[in-house]
Amino acid sequence: MSTLVSLARAQAVDVGRAQPVATVRHVHLSGRPMMFVPLALAGEACAPLAAMVGDHPRAPQLLVVTQPRNRTQRFGFAAELADIVVPYIEGYLGDVEILPGSGRREPRTRCADAPQILMPNRAGVSFARLLGRSTRFRRAEGDYAVPATVPVLGRWLTFLAERAEYPGSCLMLAATDMLTMHWATGQSPVEDLNLAALLGWIDPPDGRTGPEAALAAEDPVRWPPAGPATDPTFDNEVLARLIAAGNQAAASGDDRAERRARVALEQALASQLAPTWRLLWRAADLLRGLPPGGHVAARWDADKDAVTWHAGQLRDGGPPQPRRDSAVTAARRLARLERVQAACAAQRAFDDPLVMAEHRLTGEAFAGEVVAVEPGRLDTSGRRAKLRPRVTVRTWDPVLVDEGAALISPARPRQDARVVSVANAADGQPAQVVLELAGGMGHGRTAPAGTIPEVGDFDCYATFSDGYQPPPAFPELEQTPWTHGGPPVPYQPVPYQPTDEEAQEEWS
Amino acid sequence: MPLPGEQAMAAGQRAEGAVADVLAALGRATGRGIVVDSPPGAGKSALVVRAAADLATAGEPVMVVAQTNEQVDDLTDRLASNDPVLHIGRLSAQDYVTSPRIARHGQVTVSSKLASLTGCPVVLGTAAKWATVGDDVSWPWAIVDEAYQMRSDLLLRIAGRFERALFVGDPGQLDPFSTVETERWTGLTWDPMQSAVAVLLRHNPDIEVRTLPVSWRLPASAARVVAEAFYPFSGFEAGTGPGDRRMEFSARAFGSSPVDEAVEMAASSGWALYELPARHTLRTDGEAVSACAALASRVLRRGAATWSERAPSGAPVTADRIAIGTAHRDQARAIRSALGAMGLEGVAVDTANRLQGREFDVTIVLHPLSGRRDATAFHLEAGRLCVLTSRHRHACIVVARTGIPELLDAHPSTEPVHINVPAKFPDGWEANHAVMAHLAQWRVRAL
Amino acid sequence: MAGQSQFAITRGNAFEAQVKANGCAELLTLLREHLSLPIREASYDNLDEVGGNTSREVRHARTRRLLARAAQSGDDAGTLFDHPLLCLRVGGRPAYLEPDLIAFQLSGRFHVTEIKSFSVIDGQADGDKVAAAVIQSAVYVLAMRDLLAEMGIGPESVADQVVLVCPENFSNRPSAALLDVRKQMTVLRRQLSRLRRIDSLVDVLPPGLTFDLELDRAGVPRRLPAAVAGAVRSVDARYAPECLANCEMCFFCRDEAAGTTSALGRATRDDLGGIEHVATVLHLARGAGQPADDQAEVAQLLRTAARLRAECLGEAV
Repeated sequence: MSTLVSLARAQAVDVGRAQPVATVRHVHLSGRPMMFVPLALAGEACAPLAAMVGDHPRAPQLLVVTQPRNRTQRFGFAAELADIVVPYIEGYLGDVEILPGSGRREPRTRCADAPQILMPNRAGVSFARLLGRSTRFRRAEGDYAVPATVPVLGRWLTFLAERAEYPGSCLMLAATDMLTMHWATGQSPVEDLNLAALLGWIDPPDGRTGPEAALAAEDPVRWPPAGPATDPTFDNEVLARLIAAGNQAAASGDDRAERRARVALEQALASQLAPTWRLLWRAADLLRGLPPGGHVAARWDADKDAVTWHAGQLRDGGPPQPRRDSAVTAARRLARLERVQAACAAQRAFDDPLVMAEHRLTGEAFAGEVVAVEPGRLDTSGRRAKLRPRVTVRTWDPVLVDEGAALISPARPRQDARVVSVANAADGQPAQVVLELAGGMGHGRTAPAGTIPEVGDFDCYATFSDGYQPPPAFPELEQTPWTHGGPPVPYQPVPYQPTDEEAQEEWS
Repeated sequence: MPLPGEQAMAAGQRAEGAVADVLAALGRATGRGIVVDSPPGAGKSALVVRAAADLATAGEPVMVVAQTNEQVDDLTDRLASNDPVLHIGRLSAQDYVTSPRIARHGQVTVSSKLASLTGCPVVLGTAAKWATVGDDVSWPWAIVDEAYQMRSDLLLRIAGRFERALFVGDPGQLDPFSTVETERWTGLTWDPMQSAVAVLLRHNPDIEVRTLPVSWRLPASAARVVAEAFYPFSGFEAGTGPGDRRMEFSARAFGSSPVDEAVEMAASSGWALYELPARHTLRTDGEAVSACAALASRVLRRGAATWSERAPSGAPVTADRIAIGTAHRDQARAIRSALGAMGLEGVAVDTANRLQGREFDVTIVLHPLSGRRDATAFHLEAGRLCVLTSRHRHACIVVARTGIPELLDAHPSTEPVHINVPAKFPDGWEANHAVMAHLAQWRVRAL
Repeated sequence: MAGQSQFAITRGNAFEAQVKANGCAELLTLLREHLSLPIREASYDNLDEVGGNTSREVRHARTRRLLARAAQSGDDAGTLFDHPLLCLRVGGRPAYLEPDLIAFQLSGRFHVTEIKSFSVIDGQADGDKVAAAVIQSAVYVLAMRDLLAEMGIGPESVADQVVLVCPENFSNRPSAALLDVRKQMTVLRRQLSRLRRIDSLVDVLPPGLTFDLELDRAGVPRRLPAAVAGAVRSVDARYAPECLANCEMCFFCRDEAAGTTSALGRATRDDLGGIEHVATVLHLARGAGQPADDQAEVAQLLRTAARLRAECLGEAV
């Protein structure tokens, strides 16, 4: 949360329409995303009721569970979902690109592109995670067998939901998060969780203001909730009756009655899903209207690497993701999350002046006019003279850096800038900062044009960067120390065989 | 009312007894180690030094782990002063510049390579440095200082190096944290985001937890309220009696102003609440910032001096003996700015995070909830208020706008609760109420 | 908030019924296995059966008698007490607590037990739901201690640890967890001591104020909606977006709060320096006019923010 974004909200209230908080798109949008809108039965952790899935706006596939408390039907739903989602994902695995080695890195192959699943909101991503959990430990033979595609779906859903926790990852996205990253509405963040209301502010229909559209979106009859939770009134007045009718028809053995009941249920659930389905496609279209940020492609490359790696795991027959992380896995993951979070935040600021502006407001960065440059300045204090040009920047931004602070300019990320002196703003005059530059200028006696700023340039300097941070060293799993419980019980050997207990774990 | 010095003697015996117990347990070397909870100013560093010296004397090499370079230097300095013959290794990062107080000890070797420090019975370094050492060397004993402020994942990286450990730290101060928000590991006994002590105890429940019973820093006026609010189960007592310390001014006030009233009340009773009129303000509330600077300035300009067991014939309160504590960095910056405009230098102004472990004669606190419209988990955190109100040897003045108890009532804490996570005490909301209830009796209203 | 889905209600009831079936057989198994409690047999006392006479006072009196007798008997056999009726003094008035509570007694101590239908998956449950259950349980612990204290029985007779029973993973099988409520108890005691008496709260309201709907004999309100709205509006509301999940009055209060920064959420309001009205925020951000003394810092922050946004979006300030 920042004052800049909050001011944008205030401006949105005033104007009656959402205001931009980004000038570029910070997420990758696939040319062929898969939209997934699930509905779950109220009262249980993960009881699938229905879903609308598909990778084309005019070709949604409707999945319905006529008896949502029935275990066999739940696995039937999972199998049907798997038949749509798994081929979509696996379709990306065949096309590979070859990355040349560099330095110590070997050449390797990587998927040329990766799947992308868009869900309405974070609750939807949680549902995907729980669905993955309830299916990935099942087995395809023996007692309690399920269709073979079900555990594969489970592992992919788990993988995608886990990647969704990484800042900057775009394999599985919640539309609400995607949109609020780029627009500020005139309502609260709580209300922004409602996809229809959010889109009402961002893209109201003709003749309506943002708040009017958002208010209309709160009527569950015209705009059913985006799920996975259903509207309780719908449950009580429509769904309960239809499910009961279906159960009766099934018990009576009357085929025609059963078919009629099924059709009625499908129509009712489709009416709850279709509006959200359309909203997802609209959300993607709105975002496509923004040009991508400079680092989006690199982050998508990391996503492609992750998909390639996970596909490898599946091929090698390794075990499914464990229920909980071990001590070492947890620590490694935390370290990775912290590094990725810092890098992603820095990248977004470097890619987007409006995001950088948030840092300028807090004093972590400043920007202004270059008023003096010494391109040929040499530092002769050491044995060899070093090229150390100096620039003077005048800025109205609050300057809170100390002398000696190390800064980076987004325009020249490989160049170090060190603060030599700061003259704070006073008596109506802007602040002046003198910086010494090093690196990125070649080896001459003066900095070539273009390698350092020129007088009159508008330049920005930040206290953070997305530079590479080597990962910290952790002990191997077998070396988990006594303070953390010692080494964990080893996993079963490859290939993985689900235990009886896991296979028969209840799901009903 | 105990006679002057009587309290100190009795407390001294209790404290010595507790330390002797710890050292004896160390010598017995049964089990995986000991945890010592040390309330503010209870002699933690002294314990670490004695324990290291004892182990070294007994022929057991020991690695000492602290969290910051300053802490490592402080322990190294004390250890070297304690035993001029002991060969001490100071493991450091490559860009570390040896501080003067280490350099003066000839028996200390400073190096970034562990190989250069073989033969040192005691090697000290920061946790971060120990975590990057590649050599396959291990120790029978490690002493970990400020263990409650160390995160579990950092401990994971170094724990393979030692068989047994003495963990020492203050459970009442700020917890380690991460900017990453996730509940993925909550409830796991090896949750990487919990403190090093928490993870150690969850996997080694046989380890004894002992407490140091005396605070040598906090005056009698403060020990009881800090103990009750922030250490509800262990508690501690002051090492000095009510008459053993005093603070006086050499210059009289010109007329009577609330600022003078407040510093006089603080000098005589140990506490003052400098209360500004109720208002909702920005974090850098100009009036509150000025008040903090004005109070510090007044203490100095009126020539405050203290008498205590450390300075029986009196010592002046100089700028470096005063600290101003805040919750946020921008508040500290604004106060430093205000002091600069007054021409005052040398007063320490910092956030609670950075004041942890430090000690002063007089502290001024900008209350974390002052001027706020609501109370978030950050501002309610008990550790924050504990650090801010436990740095002083003589007096603590809290600056706050009226209305904090009512603010608390309107915002009961809505913290989630998780299964299989041991409850951590005290509750921040309750501790805040307790402190405000205590301060009410020392209220001075600013006009 | 528009009522609960009957599927959720049915599931909740079914789970509770399952746990309590056959004299709480499943619950006892849980307590034995998961919590290693040495209960060999247990008797079951349903405090709801009071022979047809169901006034609160009578039920409460029976609860007091039976719980006190159990506490005093020193009997080591475990006993489960279903549907007790407890009482707590809140704001000077008695509040009857009719929880769906089972308190069982072991070695002379009662353990408050709560049955909830949200799931615990791989040892984790929704933190807010657990927090609510724990606070609820703490209230029961407090009420039970008060009740027993009146009979001279000490607080240690009610354990600080409560038992939370929830469905495990994706099934209907119950799992149990022990939760420490000491923290919540200290907060509760402080809150109760500071809670003003209802009478003194009412005294603060405007004289003649009433929310009476003036229902006729058919139960239809006769009072005009506009009059009711006027009455409600005369009392200050402190709307926050969190109200949307908790209170039926939320849309009314949100409407009242339109144009305030409170409607945008506490974090947003904080970021904007705590200024109450959106119009004021924008006024200061535009640099129009002279800000009041106490608004000077906020005004500067907002002006800078507005300048930066305009600069980046290529607009005039």
